[in-house]
Amino acid sequence: MTTSVRIDAKDLHYTSLNQQIRAAIAAGAKEIVIDNVLGQRFIGDGIRGEGVTLTINGVPGGDLAMFMSGPTIIVHGNADHAPGNTMDKGSIIIHGSAGDAVAHSMRGGRVYVRDNIGYRGGIHMKQYTDKRPILVVGGAARAFLGEYMAGGLLIVLGLTGIPPLEERGVGSGIHGGEIFVRGMVDKNNLGVGAQQMPATEEQKTMIKPIIEDFARTFGIDPTRLLLSDYSRISPASARPFANKYTWE
Amino acid sequence: MTIGSIPLRYKVEIDPDQCMLCGRCVENCSYGVFRKDSDAIRVNSRNCVACHRCTAFCPRDAISIYEKPTDYRSHPVWTREVRENIFNQAKTGKIILAGMGNALPYPIIFDRLVLDACQVTNPSIDPLREPMELRTYLGKKPSSLSLKESPTGDVELLTKLSPNLQIETPIMVGHMSYGAISLNAQTALAKAVSRIGTFMGTGEGGLHESLYPYQKNMIVQVASGRFGVDINYLERGAAIEIKIGQGAKPGIGGHLPGEKVCADVSCTRMIPEGSDAISPAPHHDIYSIEDLKQLVRGLKEATEWKKPVFVKIAAVHNSAAIAAGIARSSADAVVIDGFRGGTGAAPRVFRDHVGIPIEAAVASVDAKLRQQGIRNKVSIIASGGIRESADVAKIICLGADAVYIGTSALVAMGCRVCGTCYRGQCAWGIATQKPELTMRLDPDIESVQVENLIQGWTLELAELMGAAGINSIESLRGNRDRLRGYMLDEGLLNVLDVKTVGA
Repeated sequence: MTTSVRIDAKDLHYTSLNQQIRAAIAAGAKEIVIDNVLGQRFIGDGIRGEGVTLTINGVPGGDLAMFMSGPTIIVHGNADHAPGNTMDKGSIIIHGSAGDAVAHSMRGGRVYVRDNIGYRGGIHMKQYTDKRPILVVGGAARAFLGEYMAGGLLIVLGLTGIPPLEERGVGSGIHGGEIFVRGMVDKNNLGVGAQQMPATEEQKTMIKPIIEDFARTFGIDPTRLLLSDYSRISPASARPFANKYTWE
Repeated sequence: MTIGSIPLRYKVEIDPDQCMLCGRCVENCSYGVFRKDSDAIRVNSRNCVACHRCTAFCPRDAISIYEKPTDYRSHPVWTREVRENIFNQAKTGKIILAGMGNALPYPIIFDRLVLDACQVTNPSIDPLREPMELRTYLGKKPSSLSLKESPTGDVELLTKLSPNLQIETPIMVGHMSYGAISLNAQTALAKAVSRIGTFMGTGEGGLHESLYPYQKNMIVQVASGRFGVDINYLERGAAIEIKIGQGAKPGIGGHLPGEKVCADVSCTRMIPEGSDAISPAPHHDIYSIEDLKQLVRGLKEATEWKKPVFVKIAAVHNSAAIAAGIARSSADAVVIDGFRGGTGAAPRVFRDHVGIPIEAAVASVDAKLRQQGIRNKVSIIASGGIRESADVAKIICLGADAVYIGTSALVAMGCRVCGTCYRGQCAWGIATQKPELTMRLDPDIESVQVENLIQGWTLELAELMGAAGINSIESLRGNRDRLRGYMLDEGLLNVLDVKTVGA
């Protein structure tokens, strides 16, 4: 069995495509290249496989790598909504932009988006012990970034010529995890329960290897990213609803 | 002017002639009502929640508990509850949190429906003598079958069947999460359902490792917080249930308070210890019926279309139209949770005022699906306020395939419906995570009681069917002719599609 497999996704339904991907992984493939992807949803949904890389040439549909646990997915194109939805382990690297709810409820692994993302990026990401999901956005994110965030790390770099976070509701309901943004966010755009502070040197040192990895992945010079000032958005409380209720 | 202290809810009295100062009440009460002095047990009635743990363990029947020992001036509008809620909110300015199901005295439709029995012409069936078919299959049924006959006379089925769940009785145990209830309580339920050949729900709390041996009888839940959800969890379940809404609190999410997130709950839910587990009101990826279809298919795709996917909604005004959308989403069953559904904690205003009764919701969903010719695409599971076997029979007559029970199963383990689950002090070891309390619940013993309850109801259901001359649950399903409405108004009779008594 060769460890490299090529699949032509032209006119292929997502179920058939996923069956071929699963069969290839089961047969021991480590490199799977999928050509002519055009909007197929759920690619890599629930797949496992350490050391398996899927390269997608084209534009995958929604819920790319949903529940995925292990493999790496590289997309040469844009992605639709919710890549990395409830993903457990592995990586998604998108050479383009992605839609809404990127990394929704992600619990582990990494999602790198070279350009911009839509609304509610990183919504309800959560962490537990060594599982700490990371979402890095090279460009800008739209409103409600990190809403209900319960854990993990979210970095927005603003490299696409537009301000990284210009819309409202940033970290709305955040009760865990942290968001780093290159530059400061207008405080009127912070959501309920979020607080912003300039990132300390110690915090910048913590995110440095991630920024370097992101830059290396997309062939960007990391120098100016590392010299920049960042702000850190974090929860004002781990118990945002603690004072809302009284007993009957 | 302060509001001062409100009258006692319960008054606890100890009969000194009976009391032998054994102190069992002191040990058993987790709310701090009792204190032992050298010559007597002292009582602080204000702490009592009427959970009856003390009376159940008093060897001399020495304890009496009286509800509402102090009268308010009676008034039909300004009831005690109304006044006490105002006092509470005047003091705190907060949302009132309450436990268990709807506590307002709305009329119960079940109790205004009567079942039929055979006399003379169509003989009844004796379940002792005749086989009664109670086995139910939950999931999609094909609208037609395509068969091929071989020359040898064998028949081959060409139609591809969807996965179904096989249950030996149409009674399952609903979703109560680890976190809301204790692991011992979940274990007792798991042992009971696996012996009976039925299923239980995990709730939105993940599946604890110690329950893996029972996983083939577990329906795993995926709710808006996605707690404990990964591919292993999805693959372990016999079926997957997407929770959209809950009868006790339609339209809102849930907050498991940080103090209930102990080390073990934390690892099952996969969140840090002591942090609030927040399930938001909507799923972040569902904003339309098309989005729901996307999640149904996402779950099916993840599990290679091997498992049925259920969708649970709260019974609300337009449940029928929503269910029709669910039936077209690739889902295999729709769970409808009526407004009497229980909960560990819900805002009182939602528990008591939002949603509709299960009887009307199931009847209208069943009717809508039949009108549209898609009833075979989904099974209907009814939950919320199923109290006895007659309720099971009646809701099946109104169109349900099976029921989920929740509170009834907890009562079988000792729960007295005191409604203070949200305090995490449950003296019965059910709705608490405190080890000294959960150890009171022995899963081996309690599982027998839950099993007994379901067994008893199943026997009664078979008797009711036999009396009606029906020997298969499928002939009872949607069989409204076997129901009559007693003192129900015409509008409701029309919704239920049931005739009045005497007609």
